[in-house]
Amino acid sequence: MPTVKELHINGSKRSLDADSERSLLSVLRDDLDLTGSKYGCGEGSCGACTVLLDGKPTRSCITPVGSAEGKPIGTIEGLAHDGKLHPIQEAFLKTGALQCGYCTPGMIMSAMGLLSKEAEPDRDAIVRFMGGNICRCGTYPRIITAIEQAAKALKGSGK
Amino acid sequence: MKNQLLPDFLAEPERYELSEDRCFSDELSRRTFFRIVGSGIVVAFLLRDADAQDRQPPPVQRQRGGGSLPKEIGAWLHIGEDSAITVYTGKVEIGQNIRTSLTQVVAEELRVSPSRISMTMADTQKVPFDFGTAGSQTTPMMASQLRRVAAAARELLLDLAAKEGKVERGTLTVTDGKVIGPDSKPSFEFGKLTQGKKLVKLIDDKVPTTPAEKWTVAGKSEPKVEGQAFVTGAHLYASDIKRPGMVFGKVLRPPALKAELVSVQTKDAEALPGVRVIHEGNFVGVTAPTDHAAAKAVAALHAEWKTTPQIDGADLFKHLKSRPAEARGFGGPSKNVQGSVKEGLDAADKKVEAAYTIAYIAHVPLEPRAAVAEWSEGKLTVWTGTQRPFGVRGELATAFGIPAESVRVIVPDMGSGYGGKHTGEAALEAARLAKAAGKPVKLVWTREEEFTWAYFRPAGVIEVTAGAKKDGTLTAWEFHNYNSGASALRSPYQATNQHVEFHPADSPLRQGSYRALAATANHFARESHLDDLAHELDLDPLAFRLKNLKDERLRAVLEAAAKQFGWGHAKPADGQGFGIAGGIEKGSYVATCAEVEANLQSGRVKVVRVATAFECGAILNPDNLKNQIEGANMMALGGALFEAIQFANGKILNPRLSDYKVPRFGDAPQMETVLLNRKDLPSAGAGETPIVALAPAVGNAIFQATGLRLRSLPMAPKGLKAT
Repeated sequence: MPTVKELHINGSKRSLDADSERSLLSVLRDDLDLTGSKYGCGEGSCGACTVLLDGKPTRSCITPVGSAEGKPIGTIEGLAHDGKLHPIQEAFLKTGALQCGYCTPGMIMSAMGLLSKEAEPDRDAIVRFMGGNICRCGTYPRIITAIEQAAKALKGSGK
Repeated sequence: MKNQLLPDFLAEPERYELSEDRCFSDELSRRTFFRIVGSGIVVAFLLRDADAQDRQPPPVQRQRGGGSLPKEIGAWLHIGEDSAITVYTGKVEIGQNIRTSLTQVVAEELRVSPSRISMTMADTQKVPFDFGTAGSQTTPMMASQLRRVAAAARELLLDLAAKEGKVERGTLTVTDGKVIGPDSKPSFEFGKLTQGKKLVKLIDDKVPTTPAEKWTVAGKSEPKVEGQAFVTGAHLYASDIKRPGMVFGKVLRPPALKAELVSVQTKDAEALPGVRVIHEGNFVGVTAPTDHAAAKAVAALHAEWKTTPQIDGADLFKHLKSRPAEARGFGGPSKNVQGSVKEGLDAADKKVEAAYTIAYIAHVPLEPRAAVAEWSEGKLTVWTGTQRPFGVRGELATAFGIPAESVRVIVPDMGSGYGGKHTGEAALEAARLAKAAGKPVKLVWTREEEFTWAYFRPAGVIEVTAGAKKDGTLTAWEFHNYNSGASALRSPYQATNQHVEFHPADSPLRQGSYRALAATANHFARESHLDDLAHELDLDPLAFRLKNLKDERLRAVLEAAAKQFGWGHAKPADGQGFGIAGGIEKGSYVATCAEVEANLQSGRVKVVRVATAFECGAILNPDNLKNQIEGANMMALGGALFEAIQFANGKILNPRLSDYKVPRFGDAPQMETVLLNRKDLPSAGAGETPIVALAPAVGNAIFQATGLRLRSLPMAPKGLKAT
């Protein structure tokens, strides 16, 4: 059975030994202790498992780890640096855009994907892009506000 | 003697099953407290009506087990020699943000910053017994106990400081974690006062607390405690726990509900590397090195099942009407009759009679049921997501025939529950597999398992007959609820002649608690029916309600929501409708106005704007309250418009998020929320009540837009055309 020996995660090379047909999500969570990405549905319908693969928001629960080999993978754990939160994380906290927080990492990673593609998305663009992410606690209006605020902050910081 | 802090009613069933004699001993508790925390001072809240709180094994057994906290303790607080303040409560953080609001009330009374306080929650080895986090009881009960505990701790610190500093107690104040005299002399850190001490103070509900008008920390929009851990992915939910040597568990599920195992061939599965199969009676499960391997092993099991013919969803409502069930206690019948409905109807100028139906819906907590179980020397530790940690401890103890003291249930802050995580299925399964495998086991339900093997919000049929005079005076109100439940069954509107009744029925699917229980169904039927009657009488729906309403608090939220919405000011355009609804539940008051766009030709219906006014006494955290109200409205939209469990012959037909639609970004309306802060009233819970008014407000708006009266929840599962 083919195995994956190395992944490029959050700018580092991580060694492992995983069947290539396993999901990227379970390898991140169970082999590499990166449990910020969550299981929600197992079919790519809720967005809780979203990571950036080659910069694009990707549902890691339906992505075989074999297909992620050699590509840069970004997870929620890679966003804050030296205890300093990313502006998107800051914006989620500031706007109270979470209740139980289980969808939050996936929401933030999807928002990262959106803002890297479109620096100043309007509300409709946010709603369209984020449509695949579920927040069962229903904080959608706050998440939209958080993304708008993060876009402004990122623009201000020139990132 | 009844403790005033216990509610007169407890909304959930299954709480009074067991009770036992009192077993309180000061000495035992003293030892127990300090075994957990070390020296310092402890202030504990003593419940006086213990029977209502506990359903634990006999006290003798417990003492032998090494001394759990006495059952009469509701919550307690410890101040250590290092000044650390720790609160111990059996409540669970589910996303309702009580870790923050409870921290605030303690900080308020202890006159410290919230950052100084740490909350130990829902670890059965460390916290006092708690019946569960349900029924919106955390704020009225636990916050109230903790305020008193903290206030008593503050007074105790003043006593200690007066003695230590040999000064007049009246000259001392407590500020910013210190007890100080005039001009800050003397000045004592809390820890200085608790050094070398092992003091336990037991208090009750007579301890005075700071009135809401004087709050400086409570009542403010404090940010979520430990919020950073959630946005960085660092917070560990039960499904994130990892233990040394841990393997992954999975259970073989029957092809249909109520199916029985005839035979199973395990050889192929057992031949897979690292796989172990556990077969005990009807239970077949596996452990494997990865979740992927566990799923493959289950797929390699060859089982034969005996299935039982079961009803289809199409026959559900007929079934519920024709199959009354024997049920007692909280699930049992409830009836209230005043005057004569017949006479009331005879006196009416207009009558409306209609039936409403309510589908089963699923909670869909984004974190499915999950547990990690570990056995060590006959003792079991389980990390799991449940709203009833002590209830699940009891389930585990019973299942394995061990004393409750040998079971420790730890509930990390959860990936939500909404009333759906009262039971411990995943915990039991993980513990069973861990025991057989001799290794810690993690077991996480798939979404499909969650949809199929958990429980649902009860389905129901509600029949209403009502009559009113031309001037809008209600003369008769008859209301029969079959199966969905008795919460908010009684009408807040005045009618001399009334008959309201709840009829328990045989439910073909497993059902249980859901945010606000049947209050959503009962409000939907009541508030839709009133709207119908107002229309028949050619009266404004708001004016009609106010005419029949004496409750000032409900009037206030209706008027506030109407004002915010601009009710009565604008005429709806073509294809646009406005609706209003209000209600009372769990001591909180809500009113919602909705604006919809609805088109019978295209079938499209969209909730454009929602204005909600809410009142729950003195507000503990305004922004969090607002968040709960917005979230409840959002969740309510699903049940109102499109969520429904489809089933046939023991199978759930839409057990995936690709088949079962929940509200998404595109469904979010513009939301306007008005908070009425009644500082003169005790704080009531607010996680549930804001969900009850949305569905009827939306239904009433759809009626105004289209003339179509929708009497089934969900109202438009396939848009308006197919209904």
